Amino acid sequence: MKIGIVLRDLHHDETELARTLMQLADEHHVDHEIQHLGYDLADWSLRHVREIARVAEQFGENLEPAPDGTPPLVDRARRWASERTGRSKDAELVMVRDLKDVYLRASGVLTDWEMVGQAAQAIVHDELVELATRCQAETKRQMTWANAKIKEVSTQALVV
Amino acid sequence: MPTEDRIVDVWGERTPYARGGRWPVRVDTHLADGIRDEDVERWVQTASSLHSNGDAFDVAVRDGRMVGVRGRPDDRVNHGRLGPKDLFGWQAIQSPDRLTRPLLRRDGVLVEATWDEAMGALVERTRALLDEQGPSAVGFYTTGQLFLEEYYTLALVAHGGIRTNHVDGNTRLCTATAAEALKESFGSDGQPGSYTDIDHADVIALFGHNVAETQTVLWMRILDRLAGDDPPKLLCVDPRPTPVAQVATVHLAPRPGTNVALMNALLHELVATGAVDDDWVSSHTVGYDGLRKVVERYTPEVVSAICDVPADQIRAAARLLAEAEALVSTVLQGFYQSHQATAAAVQVNNVHLVRGMIGRPGCGILQMNGQPTAQNTRECGADGDMAGFRNWSNPDHVADLAKVWNIEPKQIPHATPPTHAMQIMRYVEDGSIRLLWVSGTNPAVSMPELARMREILSQDRLFLVVQDIFLTETAQLADVVLPAAAWGEKTGTFTNVDRTVHLSEQAVDPPGEARSDLDIFVDFARRMDLRDKDGGPLVKWSTPQEAFDAWRECSRGRPCDYSALSYDRLRDGGVQWPCTEAAPDGTERLYAGGVFWASPEECESYGRDLVTGAPLEAKDYRALNPFGRAVIKVADYRPPHEMPDDDHPLQLITGRTVYHFHTRTRTARAPELQAAAPEVWVELSAHDATTFGIAEGDLAEVRTARGAVRAKVRVSGIRPGVVFLPFHYGYWDTPEGWRPGEHGRAANELTLTDWDAASKQPIFKTAACSVSKVADGDGSPSPAPVGLSSTPVTPRAAVVDHSAGGEQ
Repeated sequence: MKIGIVLRDLHHDETELARTLMQLADEHHVDHEIQHLGYDLADWSLRHVREIARVAEQFGENLEPAPDGTPPLVDRARRWASERTGRSKDAELVMVRDLKDVYLRASGVLTDWEMVGQAAQAIVHDELVELATRCQAETKRQMTWANAKIKEVSTQALVV
Repeated sequence: MPTEDRIVDVWGERTPYARGGRWPVRVDTHLADGIRDEDVERWVQTASSLHSNGDAFDVAVRDGRMVGVRGRPDDRVNHGRLGPKDLFGWQAIQSPDRLTRPLLRRDGVLVEATWDEAMGALVERTRALLDEQGPSAVGFYTTGQLFLEEYYTLALVAHGGIRTNHVDGNTRLCTATAAEALKESFGSDGQPGSYTDIDHADVIALFGHNVAETQTVLWMRILDRLAGDDPPKLLCVDPRPTPVAQVATVHLAPRPGTNVALMNALLHELVATGAVDDDWVSSHTVGYDGLRKVVERYTPEVVSAICDVPADQIRAAARLLAEAEALVSTVLQGFYQSHQATAAAVQVNNVHLVRGMIGRPGCGILQMNGQPTAQNTRECGADGDMAGFRNWSNPDHVADLAKVWNIEPKQIPHATPPTHAMQIMRYVEDGSIRLLWVSGTNPAVSMPELARMREILSQDRLFLVVQDIFLTETAQLADVVLPAAAWGEKTGTFTNVDRTVHLSEQAVDPPGEARSDLDIFVDFARRMDLRDKDGGPLVKWSTPQEAFDAWRECSRGRPCDYSALSYDRLRDGGVQWPCTEAAPDGTERLYAGGVFWASPEECESYGRDLVTGAPLEAKDYRALNPFGRAVIKVADYRPPHEMPDDDHPLQLITGRTVYHFHTRTRTARAPELQAAAPEVWVELSAHDATTFGIAEGDLAEVRTARGAVRAKVRVSGIRPGVVFLPFHYGYWDTPEGWRPGEHGRAANELTLTDWDAASKQPIFKTAACSVSKVADGDGSPSPAPVGLSSTPVTPRAAVVDHSAGGEQ
């Protein structure tokens, strides 16, 4: 059975997605929608990580329920930098690129969940099917949000 | 009736009526000192411009000046009644400090200029920016106080002429959630209910809506029902002891920022007690299973801990909703200006949907508006919508609008949702919007986090145009100031929350060289040489009536259909849209029989994710709602981003008083209104006053992470843990003019930059704050109004305060 390995990959990818979202929020702290939604949506991924770690035990995997956070000093430095550069039109351009990173990572996580969900159905593991269905829906919303923001910001950032 | 006491006796004498009866007429009138009826030369038809109720009245004119007002007895909205701002507010436009000439910034100072010079500077800068950067460099920020004709012209000029996507209004701060909640539930904007539903209701539920102060005449109607036979029961959700709360059958005062939890509990109870109309739900709605699944967890006990409201009270409130035969619900800022605003407002719609109570007498939903003409800016598309409730993400709708405007569809920006006000300000902040044209609003006082707002608006690289009737705080920062004609000095139409369209005719001439907003927009279009696809002028009209006729065609076949309306028809009194050949007298209620404007082809919006705010795509909506039913949406409760902590242990809510409107630019210039609420105050509960060692009349400082405001304390019956500040008080009548001196006065010094993800309405109700005493009172009471929502906690406290000077 390879489900444990896929869960380990998913755990890694979901952790990275959370980190990317938090980084987005910190680096674009002066853009309030990015700031607030970035942290909110990172929380979804952190919750997924906890749930993955819990279920993974049944598949012989010992995964961290709470990933190491980024050192707070770096956060502060990023915010400081954001506040200095927030008065520049180029800030928006960097933001589109960072949103693209979120979108791509989320789409990777979505694929991971699809794999897990398929396997869970194959072995008729109700708990894992429920988890995969629920989390996959939230990952899709994270993706949709990033995509919508990319569309919106592109009409301004790429034309100034 | 005599009106001398209508400052104290806000709602006047009762004229009781029974359920299903006709609301009696009572004509309220006020004439200036020394003017008798026979002195009046002309009575000129109009409606309220200082609140959103849409009261119809006539203005008395003598020697070219306004000298009084008189309610119109035959109008469906007010049956002759007027509120304090109607009775006294008109005096403001005759104030000697009106703007009478354009101003232009030269060497850092605003100096008088001719219209040619001012418009020349504006046109020159607009052209240069369009050449250099394109339409993305230009933004428009308007109001909820112009006329329909003016919004429609602005929408055409901005979207079809300049082709910018950056068009919004201050309605984003007051009514954006009303529009969004209606779109989410019913596919299109448009108020389902009618004020006449008050006549038939047996339960009226008011969610975050202090109607007694915000729409006084609607409250008179409710009071008259309460005084008559078979009175309705009232449910009030409000953390303040408002006049509504004082007479409510059930009053819930939840902790700020917990509305969604509370609403989910009420829906939980409706489901659990079998109050759901299953047949109606299954034939007229989609999404009910999702609702049932989510609200299952929100038992009154669980929610009691979140909201700090006893579970029994939640049950009692739910019982009122469950047992109602005819339920009217109204919603306003307590819900709209909180986080999760749309999710909370949509749950009110859901109460009606699960009970099948919509589209028949007494079963009305009123997602209220905050401003007199907020409805029109939504209809005309001057606020981040598209004209005629068209769907910006439906190519057929865009093509239809392009046909009306005789331009190519690709010339109308529709790649993304229209930019909302908070995002417009962000683009000004990052320097990508370089010309901002503000009309009829005062963001330097009304927007959240004013220190940030002043930094944004005072940037050298921004070309700021302000069109207003007074030199507001914002106007003092402008590069060009355009003097506008006020209500009463121009003709146009506007529409209230129950879709009643009123005509407001010119009564007097504007002062000096001031011009109507319509004239200014038309002049701009001509000077910019904006053209349609055949080379004709883009704006084909110049008078209000021509603009109205053009709008009538734009609205034809849309939900807000004005096609059978005309100025002549409106001279007989207000009419509710849709008004068509098939319904020439207007339409009292929308969605009779559970038929909605929600099909994928017809709807104004495919909706948004209530948590992330991301717009749904056409294919998602088609899958969700192929047959155009009402949509039941639901969200889980989430705490606000900013919660109280050790440094900021309390929660600040900002709000309004009956005596003032917005940033007081008009109401402070009406002597009776100004005297009734002359200075900012802060309300604290008795519990918090004791904790922090503060007494009635003391000077206190309210502080958040953004700034501080000083105000005299009123100890009131407000919910413990909550601090209230009125948001009306800015700086134009202080020595500093546009910013605080040593101490802040404007409530928005304290508010945070954060908004509901779906409606983009900023949050004014949950800032974490601290309160400390600065100085003991000098014996004079707090300047808060003595009654209404600010009633002192015990009569004794007030007496002691009033007499304290004498006892020393």
